Amino acid sequence: MRLILELALTHIAGRGRQTVVAILGVALGVGFSIAMAALMQGTEKDFIAQLVDTMPHVQITDERRTARRQPAEDLFSAAQFEGLRPKEDRRGILNPAAAFASLRSWVPGRMAQSLRTQGVVRYAGRDVGVAVIGIEPETEARVSSVAGDFVEGSFDSLRAGGNNIVVGDSLARRIGASTGTTIQVVAPTGQSRGFRIVGLFHTGNNARDEGETYVLLKSAQILSERPNAINDIRLRLDDPEAAPRVARQAEAELGYKAVPWQEANESLLEALVVRNVVMYTVVGAILLVAGFGIFNIISTITHEKARDIAILKSLGFTQGNMRRLFLIEGLALGMAGSLVGWLIGFLLCLALSQVDFKVSGAAIGREMTRLPLFWSPWHYAIASAFALISSGVAGYLPARQAARLNPVDIIRGAT
Amino acid sequence: MNLLIEADHLTRILPATVPITLVRDVSLTVGEHEFIAITGPSGSGKSSLLYLLGLLDRPTSGTLRIAGQDTSSLNDDALARLRLEMLGFVFQFHFLLPEFTVLENVKLPMRKAGRLSSTEMRGRAASLLEELGLAGHLDKRPDQLSGGQRQRVAVARALANDPSVVLADEPTGSLDSKSSEQVFQILQDLVKKRGKTVIAVTHDMDIAGRVDRRIHLVDGAVVSDERVTQPVA
Ligand SMILES: Nc1ncnc2c1ncn2[C@@H]1O[C@H](COP(=O)(O)OP(=O)(O)O)[C@@H](O)[C@H]1O
Ligand SMILES: [Mg+2]
Repeated sequence: MRLILELALTHIAGRGRQTVVAILGVALGVGFSIAMAALMQGTEKDFIAQLVDTMPHVQITDERRTARRQPAEDLFSAAQFEGLRPKEDRRGILNPAAAFASLRSWVPGRMAQSLRTQGVVRYAGRDVGVAVIGIEPETEARVSSVAGDFVEGSFDSLRAGGNNIVVGDSLARRIGASTGTTIQVVAPTGQSRGFRIVGLFHTGNNARDEGETYVLLKSAQILSERPNAINDIRLRLDDPEAAPRVARQAEAELGYKAVPWQEANESLLEALVVRNVVMYTVVGAILLVAGFGIFNIISTITHEKARDIAILKSLGFTQGNMRRLFLIEGLALGMAGSLVGWLIGFLLCLALSQVDFKVSGAAIGREMTRLPLFWSPWHYAIASAFALISSGVAGYLPARQAARLNPVDIIRGAT
Repeated sequence: MNLLIEADHLTRILPATVPITLVRDVSLTVGEHEFIAITGPSGSGKSSLLYLLGLLDRPTSGTLRIAGQDTSSLNDDALARLRLEMLGFVFQFHFLLPEFTVLENVKLPMRKAGRLSSTEMRGRAASLLEELGLAGHLDKRPDQLSGGQRQRVAVARALANDPSVVLADEPTGSLDSKSSEQVFQILQDLVKKRGKTVIAVTHDMDIAGRVDRRIHLVDGAVVSDERVTQPVA
């Protein structure tokens, strides 16, 4: 009803400073909530993007989740084995060429195979334990994010003839080697060979920059004395979200453990959920506090305007009218606060997006120079919804009180 | 003659550790076109009786009919509706909304009733105010008016929805004698010219002496209810 709205606005307008404070309270709550949500979701998206970007979407290794089917089970339908554990011995993926070919026929994306072993890099009297990854440069470049992180050389440089290796820049610095240097790589088998550094990469992830080395697949197979073996197939999918489905299918087909990136990072992703719960709790708390500001002003108005309430009721306004009047006042403040809050939130995000800083990769595993912010109308909608609910409740409580007020008590008191 | 108000053994007791009887067993009927004064010493329950008759308060016992309708079975919203359409109040203090103009204050009950268009409401409010001698003050705020002017605005507001009965609680109680006389004249005109029924609580014996009917209260009970035939002026 327009009349009620008009009365409500008159009441609010009559309390200039308090109104401004109440609106600002809501606005700050909404604004900070929006900025916080943008930052939280931005970092989350950024984090996941990094994961998806740097990790294989599905990694198939020569492990098995369950024990292999026992030959007796195949022979005798009554035979049943329980409590068997998969064999620990990791002999690589059996018949890798066939496995690779069959995957290629249906997997929507690109794939690479490799042999991953442990080794020790030895140079100038220093020994560093590393992962030695045997790859095929052409396919690897299409699957691995390292391909884009080369400071010098590339995966293709491995083909240059002779025994070549590419290493992370941190590792090179640590052992005091550089491009062109020949270093010794010692395999667990005791085999030792000299490799010439033909490329340096810098991913920003210290563990990789210091702990991963790449050689040709053949070299790795010779080094570990496992001719033709591979123990790792990595898939890079057109749609990263399809990873769990692809992994399930690959696992069913090959019998080897296929891990989608979501599973590999399960605990991290769970931590993100917890983070979101924490965030929404804080947002809720902020807006609850803003609600107290509104409660305060509406309570004051209902007390101060007791006479008006009495006279309006004596004129024939109903309890419902009075309730609506103060409820509208609360909601109007909440709405005004929301709108101002949108602006504050927007400006905060804008300001945050301008912040330029440098964090060393060591602490967080990678480097950042800008705060990742994610803009979503949902942040605005949710913050406003919170604000409106809280202001509605804050208005309703005194409104109910005011509506019950008996006009006779007021009029008698005044006369 | 239609009876506007029929009170039958109205009693209002204020519940407390020592209950206070505000109105004691009052029975009376009020018809159309009556000018009634309720008199009595201070604290005798005049206001309390007026609140009961005006549906602002409910009796502890007894029944009250307004225009033939029993009000005891009505809920608060229905009572509010009856107040809006049948009754107009004028109190000792004007009780105008301070943020609204004189014209807006008078329009308020009409807007609540929602029967007239905006221009009709404006026209009706303006003409009521003009008849009460407030032609030049339509757009002023209540605090820019004198006490007598404000009380006349309150009368205009009471008349907004053309009620059958106007209830006034010491309407001249806070006015000087000149303003009092003006307001009294207006109330008298409501009866004589507009055919309203006016029930006014008053201390002013001069006013009490010039009405058609006097109800005298003592201790919440009616001790006399006399009709006076006024000499033709
Ligand atoms: N809320 C209340 N609490 C205690 N006493 C009250 C209350 N309301 C009214 N009274 C008492 O009831 C009596 C009647 O009051 P009222 O109707 O206002 O009388 P009048 O209008 O004739 O002066 C008075 O004695 C008054 O003090
Ligand atoms: Mg009184």
